[in-house]
Amino acid sequence: MDWGAIIENGLRAAFGLEAAYFALAAIGLNVHFGYTGLLNFGQAGFLAIGAYGMGISVTHFGTSLWVGILVSILAAVVFALLLGLPTLRLRADYLAIVTIASAEIVRLVFRSARFQPVTGGSAGLQNFAGEFYRINPYSPGRYRLEAIYNGALGPFDVVRGLLALALLWIVVDRLAPGRLPGSRRSPQAAAGEGREVIGVREMVLLVIAALILVAGLTPVSFTQNRMWILTVGWGLVVITSLLVFLLMRSPWGRVLKSIREDEDAARSLGKNVVSYKMQSLIFGGVIGSLGGLVFVIGNQSIQPDNFGTPITFFAYAALILGGTARVFGPIVGSMIFWALLSVAENGLQQARGAGYISNDLLTATQVGQLRFMLVGAGLMALMIFRPQGIFGNRREIDLSVRR
Amino acid sequence: MVAPGCLHSVGPHPVPTTPGPATQERTLRQRTAAHVILLLLATTFFAGTAGTASAQEDRSEGIRGTLTNEVDDEDVPVAGVEIAVVDADGAAIGDVTSGEDGSFSLDLPGPGEYTATLDVETLPEGIGLRDEDRASLTFSLTPGQNRPLNFFFGEDTRQRASTTDRVLQLTVEGIKLGLIIAITSVGLSLIYGTTGLTNFAHGELVTFGGLVAWYLNFQVGIPLVWAGLLAIAIGGGASGLLDRGLWRPLRKRGTGLIAMLVVSIGLSLLLRYLFLYQFGGRTRPFAEFGRQRQVDFLGLGLVGITPKDMVSIGLSVVVLVVVALLVTRTRMGKAMRAVADNPDLAASSGIDVQRVILLVWVVGGALAAFGGILVGLGEEVSWQMGFQLLLLMFAGITLGGLGTAFGALVGGFVIGLFINLSTLVVPTELKNVGALLVLAVVLLVRPQGILGRAERVG
Amino acid sequence: MSVADRPRHASAVAALADIAREPGVAKPDPILVVDGVHRRFGGLTAVDVDHLEVQRGSITALIGPNGAGKTTFFNLLTGFDRPDSGSWTYNGERMGGTAAHKVARAGMVRTFQLTKSLARLSVLENMKLGATGQRGESFARALLPPLWRGQERGIEARAIELLARFKLDTKRDDFAGTLSGGQRKLLEMARALMVEPELVMLDEPMAGVNPALTQSLLGHVKGLREEGMTVVFVEHDMDVVYDISDWVVVMAEGRIIAEGPPAAIGANQEVIDAYLGAHHDAPLTFEEEEAQLADAFGAEAADADREERTT
Repeated sequence: MDWGAIIENGLRAAFGLEAAYFALAAIGLNVHFGYTGLLNFGQAGFLAIGAYGMGISVTHFGTSLWVGILVSILAAVVFALLLGLPTLRLRADYLAIVTIASAEIVRLVFRSARFQPVTGGSAGLQNFAGEFYRINPYSPGRYRLEAIYNGALGPFDVVRGLLALALLWIVVDRLAPGRLPGSRRSPQAAAGEGREVIGVREMVLLVIAALILVAGLTPVSFTQNRMWILTVGWGLVVITSLLVFLLMRSPWGRVLKSIREDEDAARSLGKNVVSYKMQSLIFGGVIGSLGGLVFVIGNQSIQPDNFGTPITFFAYAALILGGTARVFGPIVGSMIFWALLSVAENGLQQARGAGYISNDLLTATQVGQLRFMLVGAGLMALMIFRPQGIFGNRREIDLSVRR
Repeated sequence: MVAPGCLHSVGPHPVPTTPGPATQERTLRQRTAAHVILLLLATTFFAGTAGTASAQEDRSEGIRGTLTNEVDDEDVPVAGVEIAVVDADGAAIGDVTSGEDGSFSLDLPGPGEYTATLDVETLPEGIGLRDEDRASLTFSLTPGQNRPLNFFFGEDTRQRASTTDRVLQLTVEGIKLGLIIAITSVGLSLIYGTTGLTNFAHGELVTFGGLVAWYLNFQVGIPLVWAGLLAIAIGGGASGLLDRGLWRPLRKRGTGLIAMLVVSIGLSLLLRYLFLYQFGGRTRPFAEFGRQRQVDFLGLGLVGITPKDMVSIGLSVVVLVVVALLVTRTRMGKAMRAVADNPDLAASSGIDVQRVILLVWVVGGALAAFGGILVGLGEEVSWQMGFQLLLLMFAGITLGGLGTAFGALVGGFVIGLFINLSTLVVPTELKNVGALLVLAVVLLVRPQGILGRAERVG
Repeated sequence: MSVADRPRHASAVAALADIAREPGVAKPDPILVVDGVHRRFGGLTAVDVDHLEVQRGSITALIGPNGAGKTTFFNLLTGFDRPDSGSWTYNGERMGGTAAHKVARAGMVRTFQLTKSLARLSVLENMKLGATGQRGESFARALLPPLWRGQERGIEARAIELLARFKLDTKRDDFAGTLSGGQRKLLEMARALMVEPELVMLDEPMAGVNPALTQSLLGHVKGLREEGMTVVFVEHDMDVVYDISDWVVVMAEGRIIAEGPPAAIGANQEVIDAYLGAHHDAPLTFEEEEAQLADAFGAEAADADREERTT
């Protein structure tokens, strides 16, 4: 078995298009579910609307890509309003059912033969991303992650550096709570979460930060086009995370969290709960639609069936793996999620190739199926044994009234 | 990348997804239970299934087929029809037009996933696809595979039948679907009512019932009636085991409802792909009652219905009446409703809440299995037949009022009827969209559902 | 504590001294006036209040047997439920149909029977949430901390001050979920004060609070009146009602059946009947009923009842 290839592919997956796409989808879900307690099971709908808003504008109405992106964002806002109006006054489970149904409606409409002239039907849309790649600053060639760009640091290095620094900041803040500038006395700190010794969680974070920094030393490389969309995709991940970070430290974020804990209490204190839920739904939905945009521009193709219900479930898995209501939860969760999937798949394929697993036991197609089973089993195990994910705090999870 | 979550047609037209034994996937193979990662003793029912792993000839990949339309029991070629093929990324690969003998073939660049779309506009006058949803077929090619593709034609009924006839026909289809949704969602609703769990894995109980019945019927050779009864018993048992082995311990740990909901999503994924892993992606018919001609219902020339559909509707009604009587008349039924109403109060009045919940799971699982068999009878069984029903079940119980047994019955029935009747105005492929939209509108007007009660704050 | 130490108590008592002791009686300076409020659940009438006035600056107790409709009445008044018919004015403004958050902003703030502490927010964050008119609660401004940081500091200072008064200052950085039941009640009351209300509606503020904390809670409720606020509270413990209320309103089966100063209420025959009536269809044993009666009206009423039944 070629362990080198398995690890290399794992790393590639951790920084790849899917990971960035899922990170954005999960950041949106984090705003909904992690901070506001909204059970949005229709994130796939937001992803699809992000993709199709732009795709239809460009291929059918002949607008420029940039106008198309604006259309996507506006469409996501409208979708959030349509979803929210009937459901945000109701119990959480209704929102779950209506959102999952709405996402399916969106997919069925987009893939319908009736609207094929506009949506491309089940074949989807292509040829819309030209403008994006025309302004690609990377010249043709393959790029390692350190991406020497005109002899200087490339844009991806900036993104990578920021990610790694933020992770290190978190580790230091955990080890010495309250010491860093801008850090506050947190409830976690008061609950005795500050550590003298490095714990498992800090180790994981350090390893990830190190991997992000030294990824350039590995043979993982991407083409110039892939490099360009990855730079933009991860750049968006950093920007949206920064927004989430700022917002959740503000009084606005405090209202969202209070709604998650008990919306009647928030209401009794004069907060317009429905309005805040709507803002949360819109904000997280728009982040999701950006994810959809990144994904389809990266693939240069829009496929309706890429936006099925399981996508939402996978994004939840990634979010919970990283830790809900944590700024870095969805990012790290998504990177690990895709790295694990890749390692599992490659490992199994290699084991098959090397004859450790006979073909009767596991065919090539079944490896893919096994992967989904692993996600399912993993999601169950995570929820049962480590609901706080990597970043979260078990004691905090246990405090939750509704849990 | 990721397989689609489908809400395809659960409608009335039985059309095989992938035709012909030559393409039989090599999914049902001799294996021991040991390598199956997890659970459900019953999955071993699929183990030991004999499958023919036919040796592949060494030739280049492609598709082929012959388009024919059955007229008076005779196959008439359909010529001049265009079929376009795209790859998994949607990039056009090529197209082909059927010849005078209706045949077509197209070489494809290599193994992988493709979608072939038949251009409905190029069909001759009066001929339509038997199932509009199947103008596009997605399939995967293994190395060296030359795969036959079948498109099934029929009369272009949409233009022929009068509106009255269609309304009646669709009403019958709607009743059939509505009854299936009602039967399968009783368990979902009662489980929600008694434990608060929104069980996203309920569709898998439906699939499980259908697959077990298929296995017993098709592979073991037991007549469908007995295979069905056995499958219902096994389905109820497996469902009860799930409660004892998974949900009850979780409730004991004090796991929250949202956490349990996420667990059920994980379970749903796990089971669904376990089914796919064991059973393969094909849809499969039962050994009996495969193709039946429609008979003239009531002898008025109005509604055509197959005998098996009549039996299926009759059985559904009987089962629903029995369930209704059980819930309203028996001690256990009353206990169920008491627990659904207020578990703490029920416990303090001496009801064994855990036992009632177990019973709800067993009954719900058995009903789901029964529903799965009905779906298999009306169409065929497949690995995600239950998941395709799940959203309709949710729509039904939300419409009826979450957590009530009768709400599930009424809501499910309404949804089934509505879906079929809506095809009078919306394209068949969008029929579920209408149902889900109605759900949203009902929630706006009457948030607690048709039969639900409003709740008090504080 | 003498009357002189609590001037507002004295004035409230004085204002209510000469009022007729009958349901729906007019008060000299009402902050809340309720007219013809009905609420039905299915076929059951939960609330059916013809007229009620609440005197400004007083502590009014709302009592009644279980299922009398007290909490539903609270829900209606605070916008958490909609009446089938009826209207009410608060400070002269019509309030029927007003959304709960607007009711709170108007200065009418409630607490809940089952305490609603925001478990995964710190005690301090719980408090800061209560402040109204926060600039940083708008999405756009939230992104620019300089726009709201100054106000936030002011809010924090006020929150810390209140926490100190409620003896919760040592817990300010703890998750609210880690507090004891009594501490949560305190926190909820303190948090309600952050809204700067005029009328505080407390739904069973003493329920589930250990005796050690009861006195401190009672002191705080009295303190609210001395600061010029009006308090309406639901309570089952008659000792508490006697101790702190200036006026008592009795509800049974959705109606208001009696009003009066606390001393007059215990002797009111209609009130005693109401408590008994409510028990007649409940599966209580004789001993339980006796205990409840003793709880509510002291041993005398129970004795009287026993005699009545044995004859």
